[in-house]
Amino acid sequence: MAFLSVRQVRKRFGTNDVLRGVDLEVEAHEVVCLIGASGSGKSTLLRCLNLLETVDDGVIELDGVEITDPQAAVDAVRRDVGIVFQAYNLFPHLSVLDNVALAPRKVRGTPRRDAERAGTELLGRFGLTDKADAHPDALSGGQQQRVALVRALAMRPRVLLLDEVTSALDPLLVGEVLEAVRDLKREGLTIVMATHEMSFAREVADHVVFLDDGLVVESGPAEEVLTTPSDPRTAAFLARSLRTGEKRSGFGTIAG
Amino acid sequence: MTDNAGAWVPSARQVERDRYRRRRTRRRGLVAAASTVVVLGVLVIAVVSAPGWDRVQQTYFDPAMARESVGPVAEAFVTNVELFLIAEVMILALALVVAVIRVAPVPALMPLKILATVYTDVLRGTPTILVILLVGFGLPALQLQGVPESRFVLGLIALTLSYGAYVAEVLRAGILSVHPTQWASGRSLGLSYATTLRLVVLPQAVRRVAPPLLNDFVSLQKDTALVSAIGLVEALRAAQVITQRNFNFTPYVVAAVFFIVATIPLARLTDWLSLRAARRDSGAA
Repeated sequence: MAFLSVRQVRKRFGTNDVLRGVDLEVEAHEVVCLIGASGSGKSTLLRCLNLLETVDDGVIELDGVEITDPQAAVDAVRRDVGIVFQAYNLFPHLSVLDNVALAPRKVRGTPRRDAERAGTELLGRFGLTDKADAHPDALSGGQQQRVALVRALAMRPRVLLLDEVTSALDPLLVGEVLEAVRDLKREGLTIVMATHEMSFAREVADHVVFLDDGLVVESGPAEEVLTTPSDPRTAAFLARSLRTGEKRSGFGTIAG
Repeated sequence: MTDNAGAWVPSARQVERDRYRRRRTRRRGLVAAASTVVVLGVLVIAVVSAPGWDRVQQTYFDPAMARESVGPVAEAFVTNVELFLIAEVMILALALVVAVIRVAPVPALMPLKILATVYTDVLRGTPTILVILLVGFGLPALQLQGVPESRFVLGLIALTLSYGAYVAEVLRAGILSVHPTQWASGRSLGLSYATTLRLVVLPQAVRRVAPPLLNDFVSLQKDTALVSAIGLVEALRAAQVITQRNFNFTPYVVAAVFFIVATIPLARLTDWLSLRAARRDSGAA
């Protein structure tokens, strides 16, 4: 049985069917990339995995335990499932270190000193040592996103969800953040990420899942899905994002 | 800064710009000063040359009366200061509880939610003077055990009830104005609803509503004078006593000065907070 298992998950907002029966299997220590156009349901799926959204149907299991059970311990699940958002969502009134140490202290009950020591160490690993006392608004986008990553990691999650973490960044900062994700993969963290960075997906993902209109159209090893897609919709999407990708590298500065 | 910042000498063009800007600043200062003098001068002349000015000056601006009343009014004003300082703390506590009850999605709080809504609706709709009269005379009339008889305490209760409703609404608006993504990131880290509210949302909400909140407190400081309606001797009452003894209104003016002076620090603090908030918002973008 897979470490994270999603079966026939449905989610609807008003009359908009965002997820129409999604299946997904993620093994432990695996990196899975969700690709697909905006509005295909990637973010919603990730938010369902973190229980920020309640599914309308279907089952999600984490390590054999159903987390979609209404009686599931929501806060306990979120302790194990970290998420990083596209817009960072750091706490603007807290310093970087307090952002990172808050949840370990309040949720895990770690003493302040230990939480701050662990936080400082983590920040150091992502090149943010000198930013520990700064407030988020004094940081660049790339730095903020790395702090958001560190904040999620400080809870030692068993799965990390990344929701288009590079979409708001310019190409230089994208590199910073992706390098951090590469490190996490090397350490064996299980990661599910929604992304528009096709070359990154090809390089890092064990599996790529293509979502279209709330359904998994195609999934398989990264190379297979990205190079020889079997579904025409996948092929069309890849051709389109490849064209924009070329345009981007041509001009250099158009942010995704 | 560039690496040769120390050796930088402004270009001739920049020197010329700076000189122009200095000239312009000086000219603007002169215009502002001149127009202030002219307008104030005209106002003063208009008032002083009015046919009734002599009478007005005697009745409202009598130096001897002012000297006589400043002592008693100052003494009584201490009561106003005590009233608003204690009331401000109580109002914040009450308002916070009411605001949180109104936003929290806890089914067990339903009766309290209804109560809180009725409270804000009724108390915001009732003139403060009426609340003071009702509490000041109505509460003791119940002859319940434990109901305070001190007019000071009754006035304090009335002001707290009246202003608590306003401040609760200000705080609630602040809580609702914090972006939902802040809730999401708090909860996604495993923080409970209460912890997210306390440590993530409330600090941001309070910062955001600090200026309107202080504005309510400025208003409260003046309204401590209303407690004179139930016979508490505070600045207005003290001034009234002297006024009625001498048929001269100067003590009222003296009392007014006390109220004005007391609200100025808060007004400046409010300005400073608004300015800082505006600067932070533009800087954070």
